[in-house]
Amino acid sequence: MTTSAPPVNDRPGGPGGPGPADERLLGTSPWRKLLGRPELGAVVGALAVFLFFAVVADSFLRMTSFGTVLYAASTIGIMAVPVALLMIGGEFDLSAGVMVTSSALVTSMFSYQMTANVWVGVFVSLLVTLALGAFNGFMLTRTKLPSFIITLGTFLMLTGLNLGLTKLISSTVSTKAIGDMEGFSSAKKLFASQLTVGNTEFKVTILWWIALVAVATWILLRTRFGNWIFAVGGNADAARAVGVPVAKTRIGLYMGVAFCAWISGQHLLFSFDVVQSGEGVGNELTYIIAAVIGGCLITGGYGSAVGSAVGAFIFGMTSKGIVYAEWNPDWFKFFLGAMLLLATLLNAWVRKRAEATR
Amino acid sequence: MAKVGTGVRAVGAVLAAVLGASALAGCSSTGGLRAEQRAARASAEGQAAGRAAVSTPNWTVAMVTHSGDGDTFWDIVQRGAKQAAEKDNIKFLYAHSDQGQEQAQQVQSYIDKKVDGLIVTLAKPDAMKDVLAKARKAGIPVITVNSGAEQSKAFGALAHIGQDESIAGEAVGDELDKRGKKKALCVIHEQGNVGHEQRCAGAKKTFDGSMTNLYVDGTNMPDVQASIEAKLQADPSIDAVVTLGAPFADAAAQAKKSADSKAEIDTFDLNAAVAASLQAGTLGFAVDQQPYLQGYEAVDLLWLYRYNADVLGGGRPVLTGPQIITQRDAGALAGYTKRGTR
Repeated sequence: MTTSAPPVNDRPGGPGGPGPADERLLGTSPWRKLLGRPELGAVVGALAVFLFFAVVADSFLRMTSFGTVLYAASTIGIMAVPVALLMIGGEFDLSAGVMVTSSALVTSMFSYQMTANVWVGVFVSLLVTLALGAFNGFMLTRTKLPSFIITLGTFLMLTGLNLGLTKLISSTVSTKAIGDMEGFSSAKKLFASQLTVGNTEFKVTILWWIALVAVATWILLRTRFGNWIFAVGGNADAARAVGVPVAKTRIGLYMGVAFCAWISGQHLLFSFDVVQSGEGVGNELTYIIAAVIGGCLITGGYGSAVGSAVGAFIFGMTSKGIVYAEWNPDWFKFFLGAMLLLATLLNAWVRKRAEATR
Repeated sequence: MAKVGTGVRAVGAVLAAVLGASALAGCSSTGGLRAEQRAARASAEGQAAGRAAVSTPNWTVAMVTHSGDGDTFWDIVQRGAKQAAEKDNIKFLYAHSDQGQEQAQQVQSYIDKKVDGLIVTLAKPDAMKDVLAKARKAGIPVITVNSGAEQSKAFGALAHIGQDESIAGEAVGDELDKRGKKKALCVIHEQGNVGHEQRCAGAKKTFDGSMTNLYVDGTNMPDVQASIEAKLQADPSIDAVVTLGAPFADAAAQAKKSADSKAEIDTFDLNAAVAASLQAGTLGFAVDQQPYLQGYEAVDLLWLYRYNADVLGGGRPVLTGPQIITQRDAGALAGYTKRGTR
């Protein structure tokens, strides 16, 4: 279902209202269209952060450094994409961080215990992870409780399951090494290999990230499902009134988060061979931060996939730029916080200016 | 909503079918559980027989540590404690929390239960001071393990069993000197952990070259790798990277490869992957504090105290480390790391 009209990015107050001479139907210049993009502020913020580190850290501009920064950004970005979509749809997922670890644990333990080809474990893990996402969405739509409560419950349960099941099955808190099993090397190629361009190594996660951003952008701007996401996030009751399947949209969004958690989890497993069951706690916040820096509104109905990518990129540049600049590590977290705050403020300021000129 | 219901049921059905089918299809002829079972059968040595070697009463000993959830290190400590408890006909209880206040409350609940002995860690000594005084008042013997060598005696513990973090760090500095290193990086995966700072400070003290600290987020492995990678790219003259926990050594080794650095990777703590990497030569050396020994000795010492009023160390810490492990020793230890006791 493709439409040629530009997407409605601002919050639809009530779709279908027969307003005469709607200003949104008037022709807009390309410049104005650009100013209306949700990720504009983030792009300016990213440029500022980039220029800043290019000046203060001389090794930041090297190609090899660029590969490292992109890798750091991609591991956040892969999850920031579905989290941003979910936020546009008006919901949160606090279980996203540990779900990544769960997904890696399932692959590893299933393959090991069954002495199965690793690809079997990868496939089983996909189904289990998607089921977790469906559970989140289903619970949300059925109980009508806020997503904060539902996914907090899932977060705690998964944290416990990760630890409890791993200990029960492997009798230690980390999984057994599966690097010597069949299928490991081919799965590693797909999820955790490196591509050498010139003399710089780029991790395959960067390709996954770009692909996910492209697919998510297409879904948001060119499909009916994309319109549903904006509608559900803007005003769920109004959306339901005009026939948008609200429950289905939400469950789909949660399963999208689960799918990306599966990709991240497989990367985690195949790049380190062994997974510690306590990992992943706290990462859900990083994903949400990346989406917010990228222009997603916490209240829903507004944002973009490209924005989440720019947000993840700012996060990656800042966290690694501080290392390149060789600042006193005691102050690391402070610098990180200050940079993120500045980037977000700049983002908000640019957006306000852009909206004022419309 | 009906549509949603059938959708979920369909997912469940597919899941069940695949779980059943995939167990039959696509088996791996290498590695996995079957390989481990074969190896266990081949090497006749099974697990230690779980039968008490003494006929003393069934005393109860509780251990309360500052471990977070799912920490490999504390798993090994517990294993040592459990095996000693089995041998000594002791009932072993375990609780942990990385919050000082919570840890103190757990100790209090064991005092309420009137256990026959307590084993605690003093990573946050101030939080534990009062509750240990209560234990002493209740006549429960206390042994401190792992952290808190300085406070142990003052808090009324019988003995302290653990590695002195500063001494362990100093051993690392000496070893780096011996290997002719000039510029080292100390990777701290838990910002604000006193023991971690002491290790790096100790290493800095005896190391003749220069050493800088790098803080990474220990719960996020890709971030650990990317941070070390960035640091190695920023400063190509770094010729040694020291990580403070076994799981981070592998991330450092991969960072080294991506950054095309020639630095040697060394680490605190031991596990199966570290033993394998030492054998393969991708790691320089590991500093082990023998966590198994910390659990085993603590339980055994409480038994000795109850049975024979024995104490060890005379108020001074009994050190379980540092033991420097290199390529030469790794082969012998590989089997023990696999069964989770080293």
